[in-house]
Amino acid sequence: MRIPGNPQASSTSGSTAIHAEALCRHYRMGETVIRAVDGVSLEVRGGEFVALLGTSGSGKSSVLNLIAGLDRPTSGTVVVQGRDLAKLSREELAQYRLRTVGMVFQSFNLIASMTLAENVELPMRFAEVDRTKRDALAREALTRVGLQARMNHRPSELSGGEQQRAALARALINRPQLLLADEPTGNLDSRTGTEIMNMIHDFNQQMGMTIVMVTHERALAERYAQRMIFLADGKVVGDEAAPAVIANAGAEGARL
Amino acid sequence: MKLPDLTELAMRNLRESFLRNSLTTIGISVGVASLVAMLSLGIGLQQLASRRLMKSGLFDTVVVSSRRDLRGFGHDEERNAPTPGESRILDEPTRQEIERLPNVLEAYPDIRFITELRYEDKPHMTMVAALPESAKSNDAFESLQGHYFSTDTAPEAVIQKAFAEELLGKAPKAGTDETNVAQLAAPLLGKELTMRYAQREASPSPALPPLKTAEANADFSGAAYSVVSRELKVKIVGVADLDPESMRGPTRARVFLPLKLAESLHVMQPTDLREISHAVSDQPVYSSVSVRVKNPSQIRTVEDAVKKMGFNTFSILDATRSMQQFFAVLDLFLGIFGSLALAVASIGIVNTLVMAILERRREIGIMKAIGASDGDVKKLFFAEAGAMGILGGVVGVVLGWAIGQVINLGTNVYLKRQSLPPEHFWAVPLWLVGAAILFAFIVSLLSGLYPAGRAARLDPVQALRYE
Repeated sequence: MRIPGNPQASSTSGSTAIHAEALCRHYRMGETVIRAVDGVSLEVRGGEFVALLGTSGSGKSSVLNLIAGLDRPTSGTVVVQGRDLAKLSREELAQYRLRTVGMVFQSFNLIASMTLAENVELPMRFAEVDRTKRDALAREALTRVGLQARMNHRPSELSGGEQQRAALARALINRPQLLLADEPTGNLDSRTGTEIMNMIHDFNQQMGMTIVMVTHERALAERYAQRMIFLADGKVVGDEAAPAVIANAGAEGARL
Repeated sequence: MKLPDLTELAMRNLRESFLRNSLTTIGISVGVASLVAMLSLGIGLQQLASRRLMKSGLFDTVVVSSRRDLRGFGHDEERNAPTPGESRILDEPTRQEIERLPNVLEAYPDIRFITELRYEDKPHMTMVAALPESAKSNDAFESLQGHYFSTDTAPEAVIQKAFAEELLGKAPKAGTDETNVAQLAAPLLGKELTMRYAQREASPSPALPPLKTAEANADFSGAAYSVVSRELKVKIVGVADLDPESMRGPTRARVFLPLKLAESLHVMQPTDLREISHAVSDQPVYSSVSVRVKNPSQIRTVEDAVKKMGFNTFSILDATRSMQQFFAVLDLFLGIFGSLALAVASIGIVNTLVMAILERRREIGIMKAIGASDGDVKKLFFAEAGAMGILGGVVGVVLGWAIGQVINLGTNVYLKRQSLPPEHFWAVPLWLVGAAILFAFIVSLLSGLYPAGRAARLDPVQALRYE
């Protein structure tokens, strides 16, 4: 599997990509305060594939939104690639979302009125990429996820797997260093889910891209992630290496 | 985001909800159309009025008289002026001097005298006035029967309707319709009038020796001339329906001669008697000179220049000013009424865009998630509002123009039925086209202000949660 859009190879492999310290996100709903994220501290190294696990309402998506710069913390800090997101202006945060992170969602979030090519091209419009280059780049990205024949179709004409592939192509078109995936296989059957996970895994392995994936399926995390962080009630309740990594380490240790 | 991208995305979004956006755009068009229709009516009427007034020859004319003429007009300005006795004489060199002033089209002497004209051996007393070649375009001669003077020196006369009635002995009966000019003209055109007048002839030597008093100047030499009775036969070439001198009141003339002809007659003028006691050159002296200005707007400058030369002036400047004021107010009111529809349309834009935000909430969230800034989202909504504004503006101008044409056509049909000449009272100048489209654009942008701000402030997390 080749990688769409030539994401930047993570030059910061091994260094800290994400650092969250006492991160809180509280919502006020009438009289009550909902503590969606309540004092989360975590660290993700460059090139790492981390899964955020938890039941629904555990705050895993809220943590991801904070890392994505879609939301601002109530308190605490989140530093991504050396930038304290809480201190960025709205404009700077938009630039951060545009160039530093790529995001895929459970519901794909392609714009229904646009063709796949137009969807993939959209971030390049915001990034003011030259019009002449855009077409070629979008075509290339879609070819890499195997959708060259579907370029001028609208999302509604495609299967879920195809839509998620297009969403991946879009997420990576501006060469981000970080891919954030919120339940990327949640709306897919297991076969297409595997297909998408293999793709994401390849970005991590071949390009050294840092990946944070939110999921509630432990099996999925164990199979693809290197580390699993467990969340419950907005707090980190567990942080462990995935079995695959342990097995690899064991194998390496045996070899030595 | 760059402008071409913005435009493209905006147009694509407008196409997505085609019906709703078309209806909103039509709303703007109707607003712009009513604005254009109202304003072009105002402008057209103003043009019509000034065209009419220009033709009347009243608004581009300054009447100049000597300050020696104590009957002069506005005395207010004269307080600081030299006393009448010291003032300059309005003679031929002065007339030429006035004619050389900037913005002056021509300056011609006012020659008018009361005299006796015989038609078929019956005497008729009337005021006779001379008219320059340029008076031909005066709208009093628009429905002239016969023709205007063939040359400026031809022994021809144009007579006024009332005089024609007098010549034919047809007094208009009270309560009946006015007599048709064509009927009056038929028996008169080509007929001769015999005019008797008093010619002023310079005497070779003074009739009296100059007075010798202590105070008198040494070079004082009184003028001397004799008055000779003369006769001239003139042919009636035209009968005018309207009175070209209606503004002159009791001194208005009913018979008109070509200017050069009248000048060559050297008819005794009332001023001649007054000037007799002064040193007089052999140049003709005029009681007043009419100055025609190139453009009514230059009247004031010319008036001031002539005043500086030491003469009295009179013009209907104030009348034009109040007319301009009237039309400014009329345009304002028409504009306000026209804008009402556009104001309603602008609410339509706000409504459409707010609806679009609700509908495209998720889309806005997606755009923000993949890197659109608040500014990008704001600009996108502005672009949509602006595009509707420009489109609506263009369609509206065409619509407004069409409405104007239809009304103009309808009115002219009506005028024709009333056997009145057609009039063009509808004008859509190019600046109005541009201004209307620009106005629609600005109003649309203003309408987009609130929706665009609201869309830009949308919280992406909530927007993405929204299904």
